[in-house]
Amino acid sequence: MAAEAGKMEFGAKAHTALNDPKLRANFRRAMDGLMTKRAIQFADEAEWTSLRARGAAARANALAKLAELLEQLEANCLRNGIQVHWAETTQEANSIVLGILEAAGARTVIKGKSMVTEEMHLNAHLEKHGITPVESDLGEYIIQLAGEAPSHIVMPCIHKNKAEIAELFHDKIEGQAYTENVDELTAAARAALRGAFAGADAGISGVNFAVAETGTLVLIENEGNGRLSTTLPPLHIAVTGIEKVLEKLDDVPPLLSLLPRSATGQPITTYVNMISSPRKDGEKDGPKAVHLVLLDNGRSRVHGDTELRDTLRCIRCAACMNHCPVYTRVGGHTYTFTYPGPIGKLLTPQIEGLDCAGDQPHASTLCRACADVCPVQIPIPDLLVRLRTESVRPTSGQAVKGAGSSATAAETLGWKGWTLLYASPLVYRIGTRMLGWFGNLMPSSAPMLKQWTSVRTKPKFAAKSLHELAREKGYCDE
Amino acid sequence: MTTPPRPNSVYFFGTCLIDLFYPEAGLAGMELLKREGLKVVFPPKQTCCGQPARNNGYQDEARAVARLQLDAFPGDRPIVVPSGSCAGMMKTHYPEMFEGTPDHDRAVAFSKRVFELTEFLVDVLGVRLEDKGQPVTVTWHPSCHSQREAGVIEQPKALLRQLANVTLVENPREKECCGFGGAFAVRQAEISAAMVADKVASIEETGATQVVSGDCGCLMNITGAAEKSRKGFKGRHIAEFILERCHGR
Repeated sequence: MAAEAGKMEFGAKAHTALNDPKLRANFRRAMDGLMTKRAIQFADEAEWTSLRARGAAARANALAKLAELLEQLEANCLRNGIQVHWAETTQEANSIVLGILEAAGARTVIKGKSMVTEEMHLNAHLEKHGITPVESDLGEYIIQLAGEAPSHIVMPCIHKNKAEIAELFHDKIEGQAYTENVDELTAAARAALRGAFAGADAGISGVNFAVAETGTLVLIENEGNGRLSTTLPPLHIAVTGIEKVLEKLDDVPPLLSLLPRSATGQPITTYVNMISSPRKDGEKDGPKAVHLVLLDNGRSRVHGDTELRDTLRCIRCAACMNHCPVYTRVGGHTYTFTYPGPIGKLLTPQIEGLDCAGDQPHASTLCRACADVCPVQIPIPDLLVRLRTESVRPTSGQAVKGAGSSATAAETLGWKGWTLLYASPLVYRIGTRMLGWFGNLMPSSAPMLKQWTSVRTKPKFAAKSLHELAREKGYCDE
Repeated sequence: MTTPPRPNSVYFFGTCLIDLFYPEAGLAGMELLKREGLKVVFPPKQTCCGQPARNNGYQDEARAVARLQLDAFPGDRPIVVPSGSCAGMMKTHYPEMFEGTPDHDRAVAFSKRVFELTEFLVDVLGVRLEDKGQPVTVTWHPSCHSQREAGVIEQPKALLRQLANVTLVENPREKECCGFGGAFAVRQAEISAAMVADKVASIEETGATQVVSGDCGCLMNITGAAEKSRKGFKGRHIAEFILERCHGR
């Protein structure tokens, strides 16, 4: 995507989303429900505080030793019989996956839910090469039928309501009558997917945590589709970002508790899969070959900056977007790229570049609702400010991709003027006196006031400032 | 943080928004402190906490303005701030902004002296309010930075509950951002407009005739939108609201 196109899109897409009452209602209802469920899970403040500290420590520790742990993960996976592949770019990752599938002669693939394969646009790549991927997570299945991208990282079709899904199934699934009965809709998807599981030549999944000390791939899910995708076909390819590594098996339990409770308000997911090898001699099920594809796609660069590195702690629970007042109103598709919401506007500009997605760090009031609920304590608002800084005035050291791209002479001049006013008591006294006299003459059509007054009245400068009143009342005397 | 002993005098940081748009709220804040027998000093050199520049990515500019505040409030008097947002900025961000600079130590010391107004009235002074006003129904709007940065959540409500003739109705969406966000209101004007419309609707649904807040940024946004859409409620800064009740106006 052209840099400018990416930049322009956020506002334009937000405009469309904001004017779609059905979409607004779908998100509002869903996010309200998710916030309530999460709050019930973490009603015990002390338990929440200690658990998230453990979760954050496990992730921070893994990132502190990332290179070492990745080597250990590779060695232990290989020892377990899992083949390991490294991809620097999404193109490389797509080629690796395609190569493995072609070598096995696979024509159909069943997929468990995986945001990294969304990041790679893997499905499109496979289809281009004559391989048919079928999404098996119900939400992913629905959006695949609709030809859409996920609007949420945990609940990909949350933007659709029951009636829209009923309509879609009626249109796309042969012989499916229109019904809004959820059980019947689920049964229809299940019936369609059973055949796809049985006939698939390969299964592709994501990874929630990759444990270095044991070479174990942890995969959590609710529908059993992840387990079927990773055990039924003869070939399993797991795809993940390099940051998903954990040092020890002991690091898993706190995160296994934090993730579903933060995400959907469940105490634990229905399925917890610990994948540690392909089918062994004498075993009756499981794939004959397991591959792990580790994708970088800019993560090393993020990791290189010790402050921005915290971005990579993310365990993709989506609590930040569930609680985000902006995401709730504009929905996931407004963010254009794979990861929406607060973590998206933090991660995307670092991966795609500030020149491409530089608007996203500004699409926040810095309200800190996300930071409040992040189970691994990513200081999202502070890192958004860091990205805002990088976009206008790159700091030294590891520069962020596209740093400095938003700097304009006019804006810089504006802030110089602001500093002149506020950093000098004398200029401030004269300047504010003038604003008191003439400020209210500014027309509502003036820059900035125009946007402000589109839905609000014009603020009124007081006849006398607090400085003047305080002096008159003797408050300025020591 | 442990509560400091009751001081004899305090500094008052008026905030740039109150200075130009809501000076009465600032005066009310100072009078509430004075009524408790404290000497209140408003250093005339003060301007703005620097948050606008910081949030927009202009760190050198933010530091230049913040440094002036470090100069304007010398000594060890507590600094009382009638805004959770500015207090949050000074409490949590001043230390990190000056990290690695010669001003770091005094920025840290400064940050520890900062109190949001209601926090100071309740936690340090333990004020007791006598309500002389007519019965009124209000709702509270906490700013995001007051709740989640300055850590001020219960104190303002505790003050409002002390007022016998004031009925405080809780807004179920109280914690949600009003959509102000400084430059956000202009940069993402449409999203901000949607957020403030929802906030105004949620306040209206409480049936309160006034929304009381500790932050004038939120108030400018919420009351501006309420006025433009001709809603029936008014907005007041908590200092002004409380002082009026105590005076029976």
